Amino acid sequence: MVDWILTRPDAWFGPVWGPAVFDTTANLAFIVAIVVPLLLCVAYLTLWERKFIGWIQIRIGPNRVGPLGLLQPIADGIKLLLKEIIVPTQASTQLFFVAPVMVLMPALAAWAVIPFAPEVVLADVNAGLLYLMAMTSLGVYGVIIAGWASNSKYAFLGAMRSAAQMVSYELAMGFSLVVVLMVSGSLNLSDIVNGQGRGSFAAKGLNFLSWNWLPLLPIVVVYFVSGVAETNRAPFDVVEGESEIVAGHMVEYSGMAFAMFFLGEYANMILISTLTAVMFFGGWQAPIDSALFNWLPPFGWLALKVFVVVTLFLWFRATFPRYRYDQIMRLGWKIFIPLTLAWIAVIGIWMQTPWSLWR
Amino acid sequence: MLAEYYPVLLFMLVGTAIGVVPMALGRTVSLLLGTHRPDAEKNSPYECGFEAFEDARMKFDVRYYLVAILFILFDLEIAFLFPWAVVLNEIGLFGFLSMMVFLGILVVGFFYEWRKGALDWD
Repeated sequence: MVDWILTRPDAWFGPVWGPAVFDTTANLAFIVAIVVPLLLCVAYLTLWERKFIGWIQIRIGPNRVGPLGLLQPIADGIKLLLKEIIVPTQASTQLFFVAPVMVLMPALAAWAVIPFAPEVVLADVNAGLLYLMAMTSLGVYGVIIAGWASNSKYAFLGAMRSAAQMVSYELAMGFSLVVVLMVSGSLNLSDIVNGQGRGSFAAKGLNFLSWNWLPLLPIVVVYFVSGVAETNRAPFDVVEGESEIVAGHMVEYSGMAFAMFFLGEYANMILISTLTAVMFFGGWQAPIDSALFNWLPPFGWLALKVFVVVTLFLWFRATFPRYRYDQIMRLGWKIFIPLTLAWIAVIGIWMQTPWSLWR
Repeated sequence: MLAEYYPVLLFMLVGTAIGVVPMALGRTVSLLLGTHRPDAEKNSPYECGFEAFEDARMKFDVRYYLVAILFILFDLEIAFLFPWAVVLNEIGLFGFLSMMVFLGILVVGFFYEWRKGALDWD
């Protein structure tokens, strides 16, 4: 049966096109296997956010649609699908519809290079981290296009703020990634994870002390906080601060067009959390190398770490008041960039000494 | 080598489709099932109930532009740092020091713009 299926492309499309068709189909199947659970995660992250923030504020959170409110995201999706998509008369129509796609596409496409478990990665490319940098940078185009195409003052101001904030924190993120690269010596994300499993602590079975977070401690904080700012989440959400510029660049969007921005934001949150887990918290590795911890499969560990980090995003939102815009820019330019620059020198000098951990 | 990037390309196409298809669907479904009564006020840009009294594409603060320019400089610097960081263990002390000289020059520039107030926002 399996053989019969595997030989069909050759039988139907001939020896020239057969392998190409087979390759495309296999890759598409893998992509669907990534994207469908990812979109489900995004849907249920919205529910988890409402529940979790509800609990923090001693409320119950959504509990009407389905048991424990579990059908709430589906109800929200159907509602958004049925809502009218309004295109303002002043807007540039084509650009208006390009923008949501430009936000969503990079947030999804970046997953192509994420290693989910040893050897389980869609595209095991050498330049994985570079590709991720490129994809996460693309998101800012969607925001700018949305603000410009809407031709509304709130949208325009929101887009300006958002663009300046995103590029500022992208620098801090980029410098943090350089530090990770220095100690890993590879742009391939699987190599970065494997590199964290080596060291004197890992040899004793205490994997979690060999992960990058400990020797690169300030960088983890910078990376994660920059990630929060990069996704325009609270407390850095002046971009869509409802009390001053309504919803920023999204103000003119309704129905499914708005839903695309929403999906993009949440997909980006999960992406940043996954990257934090992969680059600083050992990816799929178990924290302690013993039968008790190895019981959970590698993918389970990655999922657990991502869940914890993504919950931090929600915790931030429920805890911190919103920053002022000048404070955001000061944090990005005057604290994070000098700190990461200095840390590049510190780690570089450490690597030149005999006590270097990364030979 | 380049064939490894084929799934990446496919993923971008799938990502684009996931953006385009629901919006097209939303457009048609809401037209068929939802109420659709456009009027001049509803379709005008949102301005808290005011009529939009001028074009939204107005003058904006030059500091946004300044941030964008500075971003290009520093992002290029990161692009230069990437290949250096990957091989840092092999190029040893000489490679490390030469990059520190380069970074030092950039840090001087960074302090200059800091002193000039290019990073202030109030």
